Amino acid sequence: MTLDELGPGSTCRIKRLSARDKLGQRLLDMGVYPGTQLKVIRNAPFEDPMEVSMEGFFVSLRHEEARFVEVELR
Amino acid sequence: MKPEKTLVALAGQPNCGKSTVFNALTGASQHVANYPGVTVEKMTGSYRRDGTKVEVVDLPGTYSLTSYSPEERVSRDFVLHENPSVVVNVVDASNLKRHLYLTFQLLEMQVPLIIDLNMMDVAERRGIAIDTRELGRLLGAAVVPTTMKAGRGKEELLEEINRISASDRNQTTVQVDYGPMEPLLREIQDRLSATAKVPGEYPLRWLAVKLMEGDSEARTLVERSFSNPEECLDLVDKMRTAFESGEGEMPERHIAFHRYRAADTISRSCIKPKEGTESPLSDKVDRFVCNRFLGPAILVGVIYLLYYLSIVQGYNLTNYTWPLLAKIRGLTEAITPSPGFIEIPLIRSFALWFVDSINALLNYIPIFFILFGLIAILEDSGYMPRMAFMLDRLFSRFGLHGQSTLPMVLGGIYVGGCAVPGVMACKGIPDERSRLATILIIPMLNCLAKVPLYILLINIYFAGQKGLAMFFISTISLLLVLPVAKLLTLTVLKKKPTAPFIMEMPPYHIPTIRGVLGRAVERVWLFVRKIITIVAAVAVVIFVLLQFPGLSNERMALYNDKKEAAISSFYKKIAEVPFAQDLQGERLMALVLYWDEYKNAKMTARGKEAVEAVNAEFEKKDPAFFRMVNPGKDKTAKKVNRAFKGLIKERQQLLREIKKEKIDASFLGRIGRAVEPVTRWAGFSWRVNVALLSAFAAKESSVATLGALYDQGETGNQSLEQRMAEGEAGFTPLHALALMLFMVLYPPCIATTIMVKVQSGSFKWMIFSMFYPMALGLAVAMAVFTGGKALGLTGFQAMFAFYGLALTATIGMGLIKNREDFS
Repeated sequence: MTLDELGPGSTCRIKRLSARDKLGQRLLDMGVYPGTQLKVIRNAPFEDPMEVSMEGFFVSLRHEEARFVEVELR
Repeated sequence: MKPEKTLVALAGQPNCGKSTVFNALTGASQHVANYPGVTVEKMTGSYRRDGTKVEVVDLPGTYSLTSYSPEERVSRDFVLHENPSVVVNVVDASNLKRHLYLTFQLLEMQVPLIIDLNMMDVAERRGIAIDTRELGRLLGAAVVPTTMKAGRGKEELLEEINRISASDRNQTTVQVDYGPMEPLLREIQDRLSATAKVPGEYPLRWLAVKLMEGDSEARTLVERSFSNPEECLDLVDKMRTAFESGEGEMPERHIAFHRYRAADTISRSCIKPKEGTESPLSDKVDRFVCNRFLGPAILVGVIYLLYYLSIVQGYNLTNYTWPLLAKIRGLTEAITPSPGFIEIPLIRSFALWFVDSINALLNYIPIFFILFGLIAILEDSGYMPRMAFMLDRLFSRFGLHGQSTLPMVLGGIYVGGCAVPGVMACKGIPDERSRLATILIIPMLNCLAKVPLYILLINIYFAGQKGLAMFFISTISLLLVLPVAKLLTLTVLKKKPTAPFIMEMPPYHIPTIRGVLGRAVERVWLFVRKIITIVAAVAVVIFVLLQFPGLSNERMALYNDKKEAAISSFYKKIAEVPFAQDLQGERLMALVLYWDEYKNAKMTARGKEAVEAVNAEFEKKDPAFFRMVNPGKDKTAKKVNRAFKGLIKERQQLLREIKKEKIDASFLGRIGRAVEPVTRWAGFSWRVNVALLSAFAAKESSVATLGALYDQGETGNQSLEQRMAEGEAGFTPLHALALMLFMVLYPPCIATTIMVKVQSGSFKWMIFSMFYPMALGLAVAMAVFTGGKALGLTGFQAMFAFYGLALTATIGMGLIKNREDFS
């Protein structure tokens, strides 16, 4: 399953990144890489983007970007 | 031997307190410039220590050093090509692991590195204890713990910079172990070292890693500085493919994983485990600030406060600063040759025009100062990313970005903004396509200077529906801007690179007074430097266009006759007043000037005492004149006064007629006439054209020029509203509507145009930003005027119809999808 399908409050582990190039690199640079624990914090008032936290670090991203992050629920 | 000058670069990820470190090191001696060819700001400053000047460059905050964003490229190129004596890597101690990711990339570049472990107080508060010695040993670099916000550790850092910059450059550093990729890296490195044109120019291990990452700039570097680049790049391509199929992972990803793994190992071994993971305070705050219902309400409140404090209160502040500017004008009046009865010396009218043009902009400084200070508070507090988070969905539908919010608020999303700070604020938008789109639409928002024209026209032509008309014009700009932005991103900006939205939501910070004031001063100064100089130049051009070729000798002779007639009729009226008999030749002109001066002095005098002081002063200056300008109950003096008032009125009317005829005959007037056949379809007469053309220097000019053009002067006391209504008998509300809509879409003023050039970094976009609104504005005005006339609509009906169309266009455009970049 992919990150964009998760709602606020769910926790998961990142399994794989399927984005390449710019988006892939940017996700990596922000600490989105396999093995990391991730928690969905909230969605923006208009549902998109979403905010997630990884080890106390908060990041917001659009759902269309989260689509490229494969996760497994914990 | 110590070098004469030391160059220090500050590098670090965003939100690590890097600018606090920069401020602490350099104090007030800071300088902002742009890196060549890009719109990234370059902050430099300096300090002295032991007689050596140390220059500090604050590199842009970046998470990584790839070649995907201009900020990262700039930082990387600086470290690579400028040979800094030391690079100080500022690291957030409370987020060590994440920040080490960048540290490893700097270590790979083989530069003398100091780790400034900043924000130690935050780490301590969160119960994170770091063994700095162990960290230094594991990284093979000097580590200095600091809490720069409170000045703690500054001395130690300065000392360490001194020590490292004086020592030998060849320091051995610890490198990330890339596991199965290591043999490949060694092979590339060997190949590179055999083909380097200048041995030692680039750190080869770093270059090998970058090539394996598939970094495009690294490839260019190889092509430029190594012999037989094709062979090497071929090898790299083969290795990348082989590695991916062998390891089942893209090389760039493998590299990033290993960096994180190394960061994880190091942070584990020098951080004592902390207990519990309660959610940080910022997250608790965000439960309200980013809440579905409360969030937007708070956002509106913040925007309102921003508007209220800067525009409303800043405007009040100009009441205190305006007298200063008025003094400059007064001084100009005093030192230039004084005017004749109807001949105004060219040098005088030029000097006054020039001072007025500059003053009009300088008058904005209090507003800008408050505005820039508030923006700095928003930036430093961490609220900006929340703003972007909340509104991204809305704006991204129109090809804009969450971070377009602030620029649009500044530009005047409702009524009363200014495009200059709006365009300036576009700097932070990471996505180039959205950034350019935002820059291009901001001038169409309702800047403060457009409002006088709206008010003028609404008062004359929509007097019965003032409230509705004002609401229409305030909101229509947003309904035009959104579809236009989408249209631009679907057409001219289609090929521009986009960037992912992913954005850190940093913890909230309390801004420091120094940081806020410093930024406000610096940006106001940038405004003065960049804008005022250009506006001054343009003011000269417009002056020439309005003044020349001037009146013919015959016309001037005609006005001279009128003048003589007026003067002799005045003499006739006062023939029987003995004390007024010396009013001959120059004495008469002296009285005219004395009168003007007296009226001006009385106008600015506030309160009874001030008026009395003015009276006393003028009586002392010339008792005979004073008797005439302020006759009191003296009957004969009253008679002279009345006759003189008549003369003054005639003079003013003559001056106005001359001015109007001059504009009519001027180059600008000719241009206005030349384009009338086209603008007629939009309902603009040539006079309106002249007013619109003169508005290009500054939009305020439109009303002033209309004032000059419609000055019939018969009664003298009519307001511009009445005069305009009389002067343009055929002008209907439909004309007015077309004119207002044209003003909404009007090309940016000169000051904004310069900012567009600065922020888009291209002359081409500057030119585009001038012409497309003109074409669009004319098209809209023509459609409304000609269409409305054909359908027999009144101005008010056409207003409703147009609003409906714009709303439909906005919704329709929001439904179209933009090209997606990632797949």
